[in-house]
Amino acid sequence: MKVEAKHELESAKKVMTGADVLINALVEAEVDTIFGYPGGAVLPIYDAIYRSNAQFEHVLSRHEQGSIHAAEGYARVTGKPGVVIATSGPGATNLVTGITDAMMDSLPIVIFTGQVASNVIGTDAFQEADVMGITTPITKYNYQVNQLSELPGIVKEAFHVASTGRPGPVVVDIPKNISAELSTAVYESHFELPGYQPNKTPNPLQIIKLTDALSRAKKPIVLAGAGVIFAKATNELIEFAEKYHLPVTNTLLGLGCFPGSHQLSLGMAGMHGTYAANMGLYECDLLINIGARFDDRLTGNLKHFAPHAKVAHIDIDPAEIGKNVQTEIPVVADAKEALEALLKRSVELGDQLVWKERLARYKQDYPLWYERSDQQISPQWLLERVHQITDGEAIVTTDVGQHQMWAAQFYSFEKPNRWVTSGGLGTMGFGFPAAIGAQLGAPGELVVSVVGDGGFQMTAQELAVVKERNLPIKILIVNNQALGMVRQWQESFYEERYSESLFVQNPDFVKLADSYGIRGMRVNKEEDVQEVLEEAIGFDGPVVVDCQVVQQTCVYPMIAPGKGIHEMIGVSK
Amino acid sequence: MRRIITATVQDRSGVLNRITGMLHKRQFNIESISVGASETEGLSKMTFVVEVSDHQKLEQLTKQLNKQIDVLKVSDITEKAIVARELALIKVGGSGQLRAEIQGIITPFRATVIDVSRDSLTIQVTGRPDKVEALIALLRPYGIKELTKTGVTAFLRGQQPNQVTELNSFTI
Ligand SMILES: Cc1ncc(C[n+]2csc(CCOP(=O)(O)OP(=O)(O)O)c2C)c(N)n1
Ligand SMILES: [Mg+2]
Repeated sequence: MKVEAKHELESAKKVMTGADVLINALVEAEVDTIFGYPGGAVLPIYDAIYRSNAQFEHVLSRHEQGSIHAAEGYARVTGKPGVVIATSGPGATNLVTGITDAMMDSLPIVIFTGQVASNVIGTDAFQEADVMGITTPITKYNYQVNQLSELPGIVKEAFHVASTGRPGPVVVDIPKNISAELSTAVYESHFELPGYQPNKTPNPLQIIKLTDALSRAKKPIVLAGAGVIFAKATNELIEFAEKYHLPVTNTLLGLGCFPGSHQLSLGMAGMHGTYAANMGLYECDLLINIGARFDDRLTGNLKHFAPHAKVAHIDIDPAEIGKNVQTEIPVVADAKEALEALLKRSVELGDQLVWKERLARYKQDYPLWYERSDQQISPQWLLERVHQITDGEAIVTTDVGQHQMWAAQFYSFEKPNRWVTSGGLGTMGFGFPAAIGAQLGAPGELVVSVVGDGGFQMTAQELAVVKERNLPIKILIVNNQALGMVRQWQESFYEERYSESLFVQNPDFVKLADSYGIRGMRVNKEEDVQEVLEEAIGFDGPVVVDCQVVQQTCVYPMIAPGKGIHEMIGVSK
Repeated sequence: MRRIITATVQDRSGVLNRITGMLHKRQFNIESISVGASETEGLSKMTFVVEVSDHQKLEQLTKQLNKQIDVLKVSDITEKAIVARELALIKVGGSGQLRAEIQGIITPFRATVIDVSRDSLTIQVTGRPDKVEALIALLRPYGIKELTKTGVTAFLRGQQPNQVTELNSFTI
């Protein structure tokens, strides 16, 4: 009798581990997918995952870098935070590239790292790494949990910080003794952040200044970046541009936030952008930047960037305004709210016919171009075919290099959240694992991963995940037997000294796919491209297509390093 | 230009590291930082003396500080009426007659001798950085054996005059 009563009491006050507390906090944060890899310091967490009947998926990668890039792809496509778990020491350090990538591209990622037990932190214990020290400069914020009672509050705060304001990665470092601790207590998840109050609403005065400037402008242009996508402000941007007939150009990461086929679209600006977009930025007298950070690959030499323009900059992060380009009209706000405020006011615009005609002429006279080989597959033509066969509706992830630029140039994006690429850090190895996260985040969608033969080899081990989950991703390797972008720069700026950029040995990518149980295809003649691509894209399951393309092709047009935005080379044949 | 900037920060672990790391990463030239408790529990005050090349750099500095999650308030108080103080401990060699001479030098600075040994004495001086510097310069010929400074700490005067005169403003 007595024993029974005691038993009842115990089950009423449920004994949980710290890891169970973490799982509950993740459920509360509405996490549906976790990308991770186990190890000693997270064993209690993985045990809790095993025992839990929570409704989330855990996706086991084959390298922690695969986990975090997948989480980034997931975040880009869904707009929700990506979640990562890794063990202490090497598990955590394997995440460093991905965390930095997410920081540079403002992606909401919450990362849980295991840590050695509190009592041995600082003693160089087995698999100890100073995760706080290592990740402080590459995170929006980071935490080490000192007491189990803090954990739910920290988790809630971490998701809040990662996904509000300017999004970014947040690390939560959890010592093993805390995830293993037994407790029956119920903890509060309250948090307070007096120093973090992102301002979403624009200052009305600046909105008036902006519309006034617009009414006086003769050559206005809009530069739209990823901030528009994060703010889900595509419709407002289209409405604003159409209301005043404003030409719109995109940054690399902003592609898709304004329809590429729209009459007002000038295409992408920057190093490999269109002539029309770059000349538009050079000649404009009013530049309205919405959610872009004036990265140097966009601006070229700052001395020549929009030299005659009054600059208005809408950004949720005040520190980006005036950082690189002097700004007359600073608007600290969420892009959507700012655009809504702009739309509420109406001004008369002056005559802009000359400007319109000028840009139209640039667009018509200097479209993107390429030379077609009669021997081998031209990579740009290949990407045009991909666009045509997928009706421009695929989610496209890319790696970094020439193929990335060709995808940006020749796969015109009509909608946001369908373009997944590594911009700020330019991380090779990103594209393929990002496709895994993108596919898991958008299960019904067609995901095409355009990768280089170099970058694919950096994270190809994730093919195991694709097979395991039968993710129908189409992996197109733009195989030029080279680190093509490096080769291009050596051709142009190092007198064709191809130092360590031409591959003597690549794997047989078809056999590689086959060894993972994935269908592999190869195409090396133009006449076969249509059939092979249609077959691959129509196939119900993952496919790796080794597309062997011309090695010597260069990405044009181009702003050479150090040159101004008006000094593009390779503008036409 | 030299600026004096204060920040109110939350006492969270790693906050000093976070802020100095950011300043280092963004290549700001910091002459001194001092940190300590403030009037509110859980909040600390930091005082930075920085050398920046222009106004754009300065704006970046205050914006980057403000962006830190732990930072509640940032003020550039360079052009305000402020009280700014730092403390220096200076050990100089000296015995016998020299001591009297040194005493004569430090008295007008309201500095005090806080430790004496057979062949050295330690002087404590508190004040505006320019005053502290001036005393150090005067003591140099006597052979400075050891020197340590706290860095400047500062805040606004209780009352701000309409116009801040040169004298009021912070000079180093
Ligand atoms: C991790 C990493 N290492 C090195 C680089 C420098 N890099 C930029 S592009 C490039 C070549 C990429 O080759 P590949 O993946 O085959 O793509 P391609 O340019 O040939 O299309 C290299 C080495 C990088 N961006 N990332
Ligand atoms: Mg290549």
